[in-house]
Amino acid sequence: MLEIKDLHAEINGKEILKGINLTINKGEVHALMGPNGAGKSTLSSVLTGHPAYKVTQGTIFFNGKDLLQLTPEERACEGIFLSFQYPVEIPGVSMVNFMRTAINEQRKYSGETPLSASDFLRLMREKKDFVEMDNKLTNRSVNEGFSGGEKKRNEIFQMAMLEPKLSILDETDSGLDIDALRIVASGVNKLKTKENASIVITHYQRLLDYIVPDFVHILFDGKIVKTGTKELALELEEKGYDWIKKDLAAE
Amino acid sequence: MKNNQFISFFEEYGSLIEENSPALLNASRKKAFQEFLRLGFSSSDADFYRFMDLPTLFATDYGINVRGLVPTFNPYRNFHCDVPGITSLLYYVVNDTFVAALQSNLPDGVIVCGLKYAAVHYPELLRQYYGASIDMQYDGISALNMMFAQDGFFMYVPEGVALEKPIQLVNILAANRPLLANSHNVIIIGKGAKSKLVVCDHTMDKNVDVFANRITEVFVDDGAEYDHYKVESTTETTKNFCTLVVNQKENSNVLTNVISLHNGVSRNNIKVNLNGCGANTMLCGMFIGGKNQHSDNATSILHHVPACNSRELFKYILDENAKGNFLGRIQVAEGASKTEAFQINRNICLTREARMYTKPQLEIYNDDVKCSHGATIGQLDDNAMFYMRQRGISEKEARLLLMSAFAADILDNIRITSLKDRIRMLIDKRLRGNGSHCDGCVICK
Repeated sequence: MLEIKDLHAEINGKEILKGINLTINKGEVHALMGPNGAGKSTLSSVLTGHPAYKVTQGTIFFNGKDLLQLTPEERACEGIFLSFQYPVEIPGVSMVNFMRTAINEQRKYSGETPLSASDFLRLMREKKDFVEMDNKLTNRSVNEGFSGGEKKRNEIFQMAMLEPKLSILDETDSGLDIDALRIVASGVNKLKTKENASIVITHYQRLLDYIVPDFVHILFDGKIVKTGTKELALELEEKGYDWIKKDLAAE
Repeated sequence: MKNNQFISFFEEYGSLIEENSPALLNASRKKAFQEFLRLGFSSSDADFYRFMDLPTLFATDYGINVRGLVPTFNPYRNFHCDVPGITSLLYYVVNDTFVAALQSNLPDGVIVCGLKYAAVHYPELLRQYYGASIDMQYDGISALNMMFAQDGFFMYVPEGVALEKPIQLVNILAANRPLLANSHNVIIIGKGAKSKLVVCDHTMDKNVDVFANRITEVFVDDGAEYDHYKVESTTETTKNFCTLVVNQKENSNVLTNVISLHNGVSRNNIKVNLNGCGANTMLCGMFIGGKNQHSDNATSILHHVPACNSRELFKYILDENAKGNFLGRIQVAEGASKTEAFQINRNICLTREARMYTKPQLEIYNDDVKCSHGATIGQLDDNAMFYMRQRGISEKEARLLLMSAFAADILDNIRITSLKDRIRMLIDKRLRGNGSHCDGCVICK
């Protein structure tokens, strides 16, 4: 599904990603861990086409398409979804209008007719229950005045609405209390199918108790330095990132 | 010192104008001429027209309707406003002349007619109001209007009468050669009366250099409610100057909303006199411009007495080489305690070439008041743009959503549903680049 080869990327002339190789197949959950500044969020920004980042080397193929040739909106329409670490507040743009535009733009991209107003509202209702999202939130402007937890829940709600092929959850656990974490994680788990995949970016092992990964990658200084199964996350939790640094120094 | 074509024009044709005009309107002509001789195309405040080159704007050899001739075509027959559900009572001023209505369905006592007609038939009513709130010593452009004004729109709503339907005034500039139209409108809303006026500014011919120099004086008595909407959809060859003075007495409520969707060079000089305690005013405006379009809004809200409330909101979206200017003055007089005055001006420049000038100005001569102002000039929020694009929304749609969101609170200040829906649609159309004409009548079709 996703194939990243020797990916180098920079922002403002500073190289952050220094040769990432990663392959993700349908049905897989990959956890991406690593200390601050390792490049985790940069990778998600590059995958989604954030204009501030420049790819200097390497390739990314997504279901056979050269992702680097596509605009952010085309990548989204191809099925890549990012749950933002810091969801953006957009005053004056209602959630309903925002979601309806997004869904219909994606349908247009795949040659489908726009969703009727009643079908759209039915879909909204259905998916709202999914993440136990409050009615009043969908009546407001996008993320405006939402608490940290509500914003994250709103990200998962949008993910449920858009049904992406690849979802990237960027620190979806940060700022969540344990109950909210459980709701968000169960939402993510319920959305999992044999056809889609996800990348879970996190600092802590905590989230991985709820969303069980097939693979765990450790990102350090712009490269994936270790790959393993879920046990790697536990080991990391126990030994800390210094363990990785020492390991690398020893090599 | 300030020699120009209109001085010699008035010297030559002043007597002819007087012959064709009622005495009431002639009464202030000579004084207006004296002020215009002194000021010419300027104000006694040098900053007032800082971003407008008035002598150049007025340089065209404009004709003036000296004999007060009535236009040859009848807009009542040909120019119905098709805006869905608008159900307004429709009146026309073509250039500077009111075109008499064929029929009228007005409640008893309500008068809507031409200013010239009012000056002849209701002089005792009009006398105390005509020109009463115009400061000719300050503004040469107002003086120019009062030198030449021979007609315009007159509306009187007597005490206690609530007009259910909005009144609509369509100003049409129609000329096959350059023309300066000086119309003068007087609106009187009696004690406790209620009414709404929608003013539409249009130009017939897209290629003729036409200049409107209009004055509207509004007098709102104790406890009355009045909404004033102005929608401009003219042409790039139109110069549209409007002086609007709103005079409010005790506990009156006024909403003014001036929206410009397509224009050439526009200027709104808006002044609100809060003369009675407990008066409320909401003054908003929006300009969406591209190409070389230019819009100036110079507003002043004067809190003369205690316990009045003013809110002001102006927004500009400037694309291509458009130029915008906002001059917002709020003055709180000595003794005007418990004043609340809040002003906001927000602007978006979509290109590097677009220019916005803003100058909020608060003059407070009293303690115990609440006042604030805020002005911003910026671009569309990059983070919001990326967020929307990540959800599959194209860059173009994302920009539109953000710009529509920006315009939302201006729309919230339209209290006629059909007009609000229409303006929302027009703004959307304008922002999509599909033209900005209102399509309501044949002028824009």
